[in-house]
Amino acid sequence: MPTYRELLQQVRAEIDEIDSTQARQLIESGEPLVVDVREQSEWDEGHIPGAVHVPRGHLESRIDRAAPDPTRPIVVYCSAGNRSVFAAKTLGELGYEDVASLAGGFTDWKRNGFPVDLQSGLDAQRRTRYSRHLLIPEVGEQGQLKLLDSKVLLIGAGGLGSPAALYLAAAGVGRLGIVDADVVDESNLQRQIVHSTERLGEAKVDSAKRTIEALNPDVEVVAYKERLTSENVERILADGWDVIVDGADNFPTRYLVNDAAVWHDIPVVHGSIYRFEGQVTVFKPQVGPCYRCLFPTPPPPELAPSCAEGGVLGVLPGVIGSLQANEALKLALGIGEPLVGRLLLFDALSTEFNEMKLRRDPDCPVCGEHPTITDYIDYVEFCAGTREHA
Amino acid sequence: MTKVRIPPTLREQANGEREIVAEGDTVRDLLEDLMGRFPALRAQIVEDGDLAPFVNVYVEGEDVRTLSGIDTEVRPDSTVILLPAMAGGSSG
Repeated sequence: MPTYRELLQQVRAEIDEIDSTQARQLIESGEPLVVDVREQSEWDEGHIPGAVHVPRGHLESRIDRAAPDPTRPIVVYCSAGNRSVFAAKTLGELGYEDVASLAGGFTDWKRNGFPVDLQSGLDAQRRTRYSRHLLIPEVGEQGQLKLLDSKVLLIGAGGLGSPAALYLAAAGVGRLGIVDADVVDESNLQRQIVHSTERLGEAKVDSAKRTIEALNPDVEVVAYKERLTSENVERILADGWDVIVDGADNFPTRYLVNDAAVWHDIPVVHGSIYRFEGQVTVFKPQVGPCYRCLFPTPPPPELAPSCAEGGVLGVLPGVIGSLQANEALKLALGIGEPLVGRLLLFDALSTEFNEMKLRRDPDCPVCGEHPTITDYIDYVEFCAGTREHA
Repeated sequence: MTKVRIPPTLREQANGEREIVAEGDTVRDLLEDLMGRFPALRAQIVEDGDLAPFVNVYVEGEDVRTLSGIDTEVRPDSTVILLPAMAGGSSG
């Protein structure tokens, strides 16, 4: 039976090794994937910038997520350049075509004064809380840090805002703004799951804040106990938001959110519901259409019943609000294909999804080539049937 | 004969129907057939002889405004969806 030394020597002869200087040149070219196979505590103390962390104990089971392309060159390293020799052999056996082990490891890399990423990353507690995100290559540690650093503004803490706020908070979105002037009413509790019976009569923003902070203390809730208006919208947006989730219950707020978002270049995740049907889309300024491209003017009030008048199945906002949270997370992470230029219709009775194509209107009064609306208008009057503004 | 999907906000004016089979070769013909049978729909769908700006009509997932507007042709197996704006959500 060979000793460890003999085995190391034997395997070293079977794989390719490069020194720190060669590795640095290669890494700076951006071509290879750099894989750190050390333990978590070693990684936390510093690593090569841009490296992905796959502890050697998990190498076989997790490398395909970190390195889906077997033809892309890999530079693998550990602390002293011994564990990485065995890791390189394993990678070769798994079908990776071009694998090199960093001789002397991270110790030699640092001794040469080459760059080191000391970003602390997630602590052990957050690593556990967000472990199911960390396992997804599209999210991972960098994505989770991005979420913790992101800011989402929710218009409304009601039917749509409830599930959206809960899932965004659970996901670790670092800052959630909530705009709502209402108090919790008994008729809300059939669907507004961020509130509860003991919160009856309490301001919805305060109730939502308590639920969210109990769910995830990583989330800072900014409560705006007011109705969004032309007068306060600039002050609220000045707090800096990456994404707006629009779950308003009225047309004046919808048009106000749209115009403000176009002028501030903030994507809006739009959701609306009525009885058994919901609509979801993403209005991303200058990339896709805005709400006014879709509906240049609101319907006359008598032709547009609200949920308060027409009713809504309790679970419907759960489906639509969750889809909004999904879009907001994708926008915050910069992954996937958000519903930009696409309107998703959901019919809860037939359990059917339909997708419509939406296009920008070059004559749109707000986001078109020659905008005619460039400042806030009286949205209540606009939606009351006086169409001169449009 | 083409099936036209009636959105929930317009169903009360259409006898509660979710889908109505209508006659016609263009969107205009289909809508005229529908509005002839359900006159209360007219104010919800058309304005000055054209589609009202607060309602969209989709044929095969495409907004007819990007096709030939209200004169867009339809086939018997076309999927035609009427989509008015809905505000519903929560108070904000």
